[in-house]
Amino acid sequence: MTIQLNGEAFEAPGPLSVSRLLATLDIDPRRVAVEHNRLVVKKAAYDSTVVAPGDEIEVVNFVGGG
Amino acid sequence: MPDTPLTIAGRTFHSRLIVGTGKYASFPIMAEAHAASGAEMVTVAVRRVNLSDRSRESLLDHIDTNRYTLLPNTAGCYTADDAVRAARLGREAGLSSWVKLEVIGDERTLYPDNEALVEATHVLVREGFVVLPYTNDDPVVCRKLEDAGAAAVMPLGAPIGSGLGIQNPNNIRIIKEFASVPVIVDAGVGTASDAAVAMELGADGVLMNTAIAGAGNPVDMATAMKLAVEAGRLAHLSGRIPRKRYATASSPLEGVVGT
Repeated sequence: MTIQLNGEAFEAPGPLSVSRLLATLDIDPRRVAVEHNRLVVKKAAYDSTVVAPGDEIEVVNFVGGG
Repeated sequence: MPDTPLTIAGRTFHSRLIVGTGKYASFPIMAEAHAASGAEMVTVAVRRVNLSDRSRESLLDHIDTNRYTLLPNTAGCYTADDAVRAARLGREAGLSSWVKLEVIGDERTLYPDNEALVEATHVLVREGFVVLPYTNDDPVVCRKLEDAGAAAVMPLGAPIGSGLGIQNPNNIRIIKEFASVPVIVDAGVGTASDAAVAMELGADGVLMNTAIAGAGNPVDMATAMKLAVEAGRLAHLSGRIPRKRYATASSPLEGVVGT
């Protein structure tokens, strides 16, 4: 399925949970925050939140800033 | 002279210096500068994870979060909606409700958009955030932010990254006089004397990034900033002498040889 991941089209085996998506991307879930269709997904809900075709996902982390 | 520590939203800080994490040549230099600065709170930015290069080191590997409170910012946001969105993501990433709120209104000056800043402050305060807004050095805007529930106000000393020092000392003084929340001078510091001036004017703290990260020797500059903030605070509390146009002799006028 195709989703929008950080603003770009991304092919993911799906539908899948946010947890699975992060694992697929090799991302440590403790270090990031995830938005699903513009709503923040709480870490406790990563397993239960299902990403479907066409969904918009943002995965962010902290970088240097002032 | 005894001083009360800086308290923001009920949390006490023994350092009045807040430092950034951007623009360092390397993470180890940043970590060393942080330690030298004595700061207890560091700002971070919220950005998309780089999906094409997962090998890059993580900033958080170089910040001891037991020692430093993370203050996520909303830098780069030009609307209240985008800033609120970034703040919510920052809260989830850092598991803390503190945010340095920036809503930028102009690319060249990076001056804040006042209306959007006040609006975003209202929204985030309602959602339980501890909001520290980066604002113009305008006493009226600062009062509106405080009325909106800001936990501190952070007027700029000069444009971000400009190193120009405190451009409107009178306004900083007035902002401090009006405010009942802490006043943190945020942005514009170029060197240690600028930080000292901010504190002498009565600011409760100073936030800086480029002045340390961009210095020839960031670690030594961080030490200089720590000392400057302490010196400026102490001078403020000590009550400076009035300015006078003419000289007043420091030595006795009587008993001069030859008179």
